[in-house]
Amino acid sequence: MNLAGGAGDIGWRPTADSRARLLRAALNRMLRDFFAERSVLEVETPMVSQSANPDPAIAPLGVGPSEYLRTSPEFPLKRLLCAESAPIYELGRVFRDGEAGRRHHREFSMLEWYQPGYSMTQLVDEVVELIQQALALTALPPLPVEQLRYHGLLSQFLGEEIPSELDALRHCCTAKAAMNQQSASKMNRDQCLDLLFSAAGEALPVDQITVVSHFPASQAALARLDPANPQLALRFEVFAGGMELANGYDELLDGDELGERFNRDNEQRAKAGAAPLPVDEALLAAQRAGMPACCGVSVGVDRLLMLIGDFSHIHEVINFPEVQG
Amino acid sequence: MANYSTQEFKSGMKIILDGDPYNIVENEFVKPGKGQAFSRVRIRNLKTGRTVEKTFRSGESVEAADIFEQTMQYLYNDGEFWHFMHPETFEQHAADATAVGEAAKWLREEDDCLVMLWNGSPLSIEPPNFSELKITQTDPGVRGDTSGGGNKPATLETGAVVKVPLFVNEGEIIKVDTRTGEYVSRVKE
Repeated sequence: MNLAGGAGDIGWRPTADSRARLLRAALNRMLRDFFAERSVLEVETPMVSQSANPDPAIAPLGVGPSEYLRTSPEFPLKRLLCAESAPIYELGRVFRDGEAGRRHHREFSMLEWYQPGYSMTQLVDEVVELIQQALALTALPPLPVEQLRYHGLLSQFLGEEIPSELDALRHCCTAKAAMNQQSASKMNRDQCLDLLFSAAGEALPVDQITVVSHFPASQAALARLDPANPQLALRFEVFAGGMELANGYDELLDGDELGERFNRDNEQRAKAGAAPLPVDEALLAAQRAGMPACCGVSVGVDRLLMLIGDFSHIHEVINFPEVQG
Repeated sequence: MANYSTQEFKSGMKIILDGDPYNIVENEFVKPGKGQAFSRVRIRNLKTGRTVEKTFRSGESVEAADIFEQTMQYLYNDGEFWHFMHPETFEQHAADATAVGEAAKWLREEDDCLVMLWNGSPLSIEPPNFSELKITQTDPGVRGDTSGGGNKPATLETGAVVKVPLFVNEGEIIKVDTRTGEYVSRVKE
């Protein structure tokens, strides 16, 4: 594949071909039909905001001195849910600074939707149904589905229980995920888990849909904790084709706890020498006023295209990718 | 001491890891949607030629290897070292058997070679793509004998053994592709 585009000094041609463009148009149409059939309302929310997600692993792109491009539509969508409890979705572009690779691009298309009153199981089923319908666009048969718990996936990948000792966990990183020894010695528990989870996810069979649920509480992000076991979070991810395709939660509703998680994120940013980010006070106010019990999920649309069109590099589904220096 | 951040990683970059110089063959950005980003690289040890996979945390720094490549003229072998000369400064560099490696089979005095230098010392030698060498020993070809697929072994002045067509004789000079070790043609003097 010619990633540089066309001839001449300036590569001006698209890196995606007409097959990819046709497939994207067909997928967008299918997604909108999928939600129309289920009476999920399409909504639009701002791309530019004065606040940002303080998640230390996500870097927003700044706009001017004090505004940010969205890294997902999650926060305004949740404000809509607090204002009016109805199923909603948004299909649009999101931005994450510094993400570039075979499966990453600084701006990408995200599909995010919320279902009030759904259990995590119901939403997982809906995500799987959506992926199967997308596969049918290229006449691919439905994929078999395997459901795993985070703990099961990781201990299966490691061939042992997830070590509770940090040094033993770091050793797993060097032994199982080729982590540079010196780098591993400076990693904390969650960084080790991130690495091993990535490696375990990529090692999953490519020709099946794998749903991984019940993450450790430290990896809850914005999921609520499992009332049956508060060491676990009601969060799930969906893998297919060796790629992470979707991330969903049984949503954390409590506005005060959300504020605490934001603060913890900003503390971690500070520890890593990064500037804290302004948190979304409107979201905190909305959730304190009351948020309906709901489940929500986001799907990487470009990766879904890669899966159904058998593309190996994200630039094959994006017309004009970011030019790397 | 220069360093590279993982964000600068790209193929062809030379780094030092555990005291050895490596060439980055491939760099892949790895990151769970929620979680730490990593750089997973395939790197080739420039001393041993072995390729391994390593993962770094995004934003980490790795020591840069002071490596550059220079075309130099091969002068002679003193039995232990192979000597090369910089074409402009006339500075001479001695390379040991580890650095010269397989290239020794193809080196002819006065040939221009690509010498990779690490901290000023030869790390590896790349011979010219084609080398012209004299056959010091080969059996006379027997017309009609196709038992060897029409080929026979020939020993060259450097000690290398290549397969040559039956019509090629001892004492002749042949052109060899050093990348594949295959006979290309006869060279008329």
